[in-house]
Amino acid sequence: MAIVELKDVVKNYGGKGSDAADNAVDSFNLTTKDGEFIVLVGPSGCGKTTTMRMIAGLESISSGSISIDGRDVSQVAPKDRDIAMVFQSYALYPHMSVFENMAFALRLKKIPDAEITSRVQEAAKVLDIAHLLERKPRALSGGQRQRVALGRAIVRQPQVFLMDEPLSNLDAKLRVDTRAEIVKLHRKLGVTTFYVTHDQVEAMTMGQRIVVMLNGKIQQIDTPQRLYEWPANIFVAGFIGTPSMNFLRGRIGVDKRTLTDDHFSLTLTGARGDALATHAGTEAVIGVRPEHLSYLAADDPVNENVLSGIVEVVEPLGSVTMIQVQVGPHRVTAQIESHLTVAMGDAIRLRCRTDKLQVFNATSEQSLLKAPAAA
Amino acid sequence: MSSPAVATSLPDKRAKPKARLSGAPIRRLLAPAVIFLLVWMIVPLVMTLYYAFRRYNLMMPEITGFAGITNFKLMFTDPTFWDSLINTLILVGASLMITVTVGLGLAILFNRTFVGRGVARTLAIAPFFVMPVVTGLIWKNMLFHPVYGLLAWVFRHLGLNPIDWLAQYPMLSIIIMVSWEWIPFALLILLTGLQSLPEDQIEAVRLDGANKWQEFRHIVVPHLGQVLYVVVMLESIFFLTSFAEIYTTTSGGPGTATTNLPYYIYQSAFFQYDIGISSAAAIGAVILANIFSIFLIRFVAGNLNAGSRR
Repeated sequence: MAIVELKDVVKNYGGKGSDAADNAVDSFNLTTKDGEFIVLVGPSGCGKTTTMRMIAGLESISSGSISIDGRDVSQVAPKDRDIAMVFQSYALYPHMSVFENMAFALRLKKIPDAEITSRVQEAAKVLDIAHLLERKPRALSGGQRQRVALGRAIVRQPQVFLMDEPLSNLDAKLRVDTRAEIVKLHRKLGVTTFYVTHDQVEAMTMGQRIVVMLNGKIQQIDTPQRLYEWPANIFVAGFIGTPSMNFLRGRIGVDKRTLTDDHFSLTLTGARGDALATHAGTEAVIGVRPEHLSYLAADDPVNENVLSGIVEVVEPLGSVTMIQVQVGPHRVTAQIESHLTVAMGDAIRLRCRTDKLQVFNATSEQSLLKAPAAA
Repeated sequence: MSSPAVATSLPDKRAKPKARLSGAPIRRLLAPAVIFLLVWMIVPLVMTLYYAFRRYNLMMPEITGFAGITNFKLMFTDPTFWDSLINTLILVGASLMITVTVGLGLAILFNRTFVGRGVARTLAIAPFFVMPVVTGLIWKNMLFHPVYGLLAWVFRHLGLNPIDWLAQYPMLSIIIMVSWEWIPFALLILLTGLQSLPEDQIEAVRLDGANKWQEFRHIVVPHLGQVLYVVVMLESIFFLTSFAEIYTTTSGGPGTATTNLPYYIYQSAFFQYDIGISSAAAIGAVILANIFSIFLIRFVAGNLNAGSRR
């Protein structure tokens, strides 16, 4: 249980003529709450694993500082940071039994045998691996190994947990189950946790706060819901949510509320519209999520905030149907109810929920909307 | 472990084609290798066994016939045989210890990155490519030699009296030569072993709070276990048959100080011209080699099986 603070942390692997543009991680700033579950998410090579390894001390930091509960650990060896890590490959010790794997760190700390036994057994019970304690890792399934790796971290009762894509080697069903269990475990133990993943679903379901990274830079740090509703830029908007948000290039009308193009006209109301006031007449990228587009019957009289086009692809998923619609030059994905019969080539009208629209500056790609202050 | 269970639970339908598969063509394909083995190994072995029970001395060609266990009796009462047996064990044991220890040390060193590692590694491995006869001659004439040798030169420069290595410390000299030849082998195999150690295990153990020594003791050594067995097994079989180094330097002497089993066999056959005793000693050597290899092969096989189930 600890507050982890990263201040202007930079990682540069050096090499010939490397400068700030080559930073693997660039001025990373984050202060956790005590016992918070932080998820680092982003595409491969965005620096999320490097950041985690710097917290662990497996990677030195080029500049900045990392502190745990106010104690600067930037120059402290990994073994003295009181951090436990779950590796993507689990990194179990192959020649030791499950019990010995979990007891190893405690033995190094010269904790009395009786306490080791009780701590390992307790953790084993929590993780439901008590019957496997005598086995060697090679005699375990992937899911069991994963639990042992978790157990090895838990028994140490560390100040901070680090988890580096711990679920990526599990099959899809097990991954969903384990995901829920890790969250449950975290609620129970209340240890500050950093969790690295490239899977935005994992990030959204597990994180109390999510750090979205790209090319070594933090794009946004926020709660899952706010990331979804108030993405800071086009990258975050497109990264969070499946299927991805649709982006339409348009222009902010002179009335300062309307977003237009030759093929559509969308009018923003309330605070969202006010935010555009200073940008009248400029180019903008409009973001609309597939779930905020709904089917309009041909005879429906509504004709405001409507996108009309031709259905190109129909993907029934059972509960809902995904359709791809060509609106002028724009390809738009929409999520419609599955009972509606839509065929390829049909002309279709989609109504857009303008209270959920996102608007981004066309050049800086930053959101033009002002997110309300966090609760 | 799971495959036999699967096979027995399968219906006959699927077991049958498998049985047919293990039939004639496989045997025919294996034949060349088996014939080669028979001609080159079993025939000489059987001949040796045959001669071991014959009266057969080249100096007395007229005396022939079945000897019973006379050859073995003579051999066991020959103090030189016992000396050679002990010498063999000393040579194998000491060389094993030196090559494995030094080889492991060098492997750990070469597993790190430093400037010129590639060149240094090639140089460190070079002795392995020198033929044993050449090794013997190099050490005898260029290194150990009390007048012209490099070591003598070093000793003189330190103000010490040069040592006549091969005369004063014959067995130690042989052990040094054999180890010099075989350290690269241990180094090579142990280095590949070290390089196959997953990085994340080292990282995990560091986060678990281990210092360098604990990291080595609890992770590196167990990981190297199998590789160490391979090194020990192969080396002990090669060390048992050391001959050229002894032949070119001490010729088994002084006295019997460096006469090992292979050299004893050679002496019996080509100095005493007694093929019978020589063959008996050869059978003894075969038995000794088998004792070594049975133990070690079992060990290795057990470990390899364990490893494959990982």
